[in-house]
Amino acid sequence: MKRLESYSTDPWPARAYGFVMQAGEPFFSALQRRIGIKGMAYVFVAPNLIFFGLFVALPMALNVWYALSGSNRLLIQERPFIGLDNFRALLDCASFLEVNSCRQDRFWRAVHNSIFFVFLQVGAMVLLSVVAALLLNGKIKGRGFFRAVFFFPVLLSPVVVALIWKWVLQPDGLLNALIVWSGGERIAFLHNASWSFFWTVFVSVWSHMGFYTLILLAGLQAIPQELYEAAEIDGTSARRTFWRITMPLLLPTLLVVLILSLIRGVQAFEEVFILTGGGPGTATQYIVQYIYETAFANQVHLLGLAAAASLLVAAALMLLTLMQLRISYHGKDT
Amino acid sequence: MFIRFKTAAASLAVFGASTLMVFGAMGSANAQTGQATQVRIMWYSDGNEGEVLRDLLDRFEKQNTDIKVVLDRVPYKTIVEQLPALLDSGQGPDLARVTDLGGLSRHYLDVRPYLKNAAYFDENFASTMPWFRPAGGSKNGIYGVMSQLALTIPFVNVTLFEQAGIPLPGPKATWDDWAKASKAVADKVKAPYPIAFDRSGHRVSGLAISMGGKMLDGDKPSLLDDGFKSAMKKVYDWHGNGTMSKAHWGSAGGTTYRGANEEFANAQVVFYMSGTWQLPQFAKTVAKSFNWQAVPNPCGTAGCTGMPGGAALVPIKATKHPREVARVLEYFASEPVYQEYHARTLFLPAHAGLAKKGVAYQTDDSNVKKSLAVAVEQVALTSPIAFQLQGYEHNRIMFNAIISRVNQAINNEMSLNDSFTRMQSDIVEGFAAKGIKIP
Repeated sequence: MKRLESYSTDPWPARAYGFVMQAGEPFFSALQRRIGIKGMAYVFVAPNLIFFGLFVALPMALNVWYALSGSNRLLIQERPFIGLDNFRALLDCASFLEVNSCRQDRFWRAVHNSIFFVFLQVGAMVLLSVVAALLLNGKIKGRGFFRAVFFFPVLLSPVVVALIWKWVLQPDGLLNALIVWSGGERIAFLHNASWSFFWTVFVSVWSHMGFYTLILLAGLQAIPQELYEAAEIDGTSARRTFWRITMPLLLPTLLVVLILSLIRGVQAFEEVFILTGGGPGTATQYIVQYIYETAFANQVHLLGLAAAASLLVAAALMLLTLMQLRISYHGKDT
Repeated sequence: MFIRFKTAAASLAVFGASTLMVFGAMGSANAQTGQATQVRIMWYSDGNEGEVLRDLLDRFEKQNTDIKVVLDRVPYKTIVEQLPALLDSGQGPDLARVTDLGGLSRHYLDVRPYLKNAAYFDENFASTMPWFRPAGGSKNGIYGVMSQLALTIPFVNVTLFEQAGIPLPGPKATWDDWAKASKAVADKVKAPYPIAFDRSGHRVSGLAISMGGKMLDGDKPSLLDDGFKSAMKKVYDWHGNGTMSKAHWGSAGGTTYRGANEEFANAQVVFYMSGTWQLPQFAKTVAKSFNWQAVPNPCGTAGCTGMPGGAALVPIKATKHPREVARVLEYFASEPVYQEYHARTLFLPAHAGLAKKGVAYQTDDSNVKKSLAVAVEQVALTSPIAFQLQGYEHNRIMFNAIISRVNQAINNEMSLNDSFTRMQSDIVEGFAAKGIKIP
């Protein structure tokens, strides 16, 4: 390190830098001698931990308090403790399969919608990502261009993606124009429950597929080429090569993609909120939108109920995350 | 191993800079700008009122060089969804334009002690003052002033009626008369929306009251009487037989507000149930594209009424500059300024003096002039129940329950009767969250 006096002829930023470099050195050197190198690691992580504590851990803890308290007041000191009443309200159902038998029917409608959405969206996402990755891994013309094209939607803001598709799908939008031009009847895509649901799945897959394709592509490229060469020499068919070599070796990556897309599927909000607003009715209202509307959009902010719902969702996501960690560790062991 | 101090100091410098940025961004909204006190107004616009207000405030600032007024123009959704959370957290502007007059009243400041001439407010705004007074607040407090008095009123596309060769129903026509005529017109001219209502519990409340709905029982909600149910059945049946298109109400979820003003301006709606705040917008967006006008509120079994409403400019309790806020409010409410504001925005004034003298509206549009005349006439015919409901502090709980549950029935997620049951439990839940028990 340069000595302080040797910065004296440098421009002022360099001199300021030199001053900072030298000013605290005695303090930090003394501190390191006292607490050791491992202790110093905590000192440097501390600022980030403070931020994490203030902006992540503290709100999470407050959320637990909101879930255990009542009233529509925002300030925690004005909210009375009510124990598990919010959870009881959410879980009060004659039959969990019949939403109209539940006290909080909108919550269960959102849960049912989310389960159905996640099942379809993840299935389609993983399947299409695998197909895309296999194609992009092959020797095709313009491979670099297509790789970029698949990834572009990932770079777009979810709001932009949803707005674009909303314009395409509206009654006098591009898609209906094509349908009418080819002799068909106009379809109210976003005014029909089934079609709305389909398009929320489609738009979600379209906008996020590139990310998972990239992960799977990396997984494919990590498979040793010698295995394929050996298979070719042995005269193994392409189909057998795929099922006996590609898929088993791609499986760990595939499982990571599956878990990540499951987590993302449960968290789906922005695209759907802009595209359909949760409608028609509550046909495309998923769990995160339910939480948002319950907490903020209704005139009476049912913060406790929303917080309780968010904790239930967090528990589900925690389970998925633990599964992913277990699979990753298992993959490393093997 | 010795850890280089360079890395540590660089990390600390980044941390320090980012902390300063965070706290700088969280700085007071009412910063002193040089010598002038900054007063912030959060404002949404239906038409041109933002521009008109800005012009008026520029003149205010010239006369009052110690005050700088910042007009933050936001979408209506921000006022409805974000402002309440800001106010609850003690943040927010010094003044805001709000429509949930009673629901947010606990955040309003009583400016009476700061006004030069409080008697002027008592004389000219007495009928609407109770709408802002918070429960437990001062019974003669001045908690804001209406930025417009509004009335729900239908607009019809007269050109479509002419093209269909169907005469307009008369001034005492019933809801059924208008539904039949609008459907006939739409079928003939292939308009997608025979009748459209703004997706709002406030809008359908006029229909409910005209069908005999009592809405309130003292200071408690009383929704589920025969009048209300028959009104909601009409809405449900209209969606079933195509008189109201599911593409409008049905396409949104929960309590999401959805107007049909764009559809009306695009000549897609025959009969549009909205309100007088649309007049300045239609003067611009429709202009002479087609012939349109406001018509008297259709009649039900109990009367022919709309719902009063409007928006108000309210001072916020958390402001650090109450005197300056009172001066801005007093300027806005002064007769010449209030007169000019309403003349240019084409809104109905809540000012008793101006209501008597009349407002010289700045428009040559004959459709607008006719519509304003109809609206002024309709104010006198508005049911007292409607005024009471508009002033009811918790009316939004009722409006939200109505719109979200009826919408579910329309989309076949539940029967209409089930939707009534759910409405009632939503209302009970909403009141319970506010610490109020109702049966």
